[in-house]
Amino acid sequence: MAMKQYEIVETPIEVQKYMDYVLHPSAGAVTVFTGNVREWTHGVKTLYLSYEAYVPMAEKKMAEIGAEMEAKWPGVRVAIAHRIGELQISDIAVVIAVSSPHRKAAYEANEYAIDRIKEVVPIWKKEIWEDGEEWIGAQKKYPAKGVEQA
Amino acid sequence: MIKVNYFARLREITGKGEETLDRDSMTVAELLDWAETSYPGFGADNVQVAVNEEYALKDDVIESGDVCAFIPPVSGG
Repeated sequence: MAMKQYEIVETPIEVQKYMDYVLHPSAGAVTVFTGNVREWTHGVKTLYLSYEAYVPMAEKKMAEIGAEMEAKWPGVRVAIAHRIGELQISDIAVVIAVSSPHRKAAYEANEYAIDRIKEVVPIWKKEIWEDGEEWIGAQKKYPAKGVEQA
Repeated sequence: MIKVNYFARLREITGKGEETLDRDSMTVAELLDWAETSYPGFGADNVQVAVNEEYALKDDVIESGDVCAFIPPVSGG
């Protein structure tokens, strides 16, 4: 199945592909995180989500996050995919697969990846409700030194 | 010529995904000021600029041929 190690996709995410990508004989642990579309957020019912991305930069930033993970947790192997377009409740928006020789690094590196994705990867989510819609995004002032680097 | 891309809320406000500015050189701060003036409600204080797919600082200089993108607060995941 064709895939890239770090990719933006427009079709449903097949988790197994990314697990298979990171698995190798020295890997004793694989953690897989999926971010899924949630129906209720702070008491407001979401009908569906619409994601868009600056695709080339998003894939580049995800690869940089992977490199950060490899530096912080030597021996991890990483694959990340984020879906764009219209997503329905429970659809997978993002998958992060991490393998490592031992489980602790795989857990820690995986959580690091989703935190960094939410900080630096140019992807945007619009929530569509029964009575309106809104682009989601933490409102921040322009940082004096640019986006925080890990 | 400087190419600029718009995404998400900014794509809707401007009504376009991209455009080309007939400039040889400008700073990131100048580009943000231009956008704020050109498009009411742009909200440049909350927008970052990427130059050639890398986050840029306000003092960075954009040259003709560069590809820029206005990056509103991200919300992936």
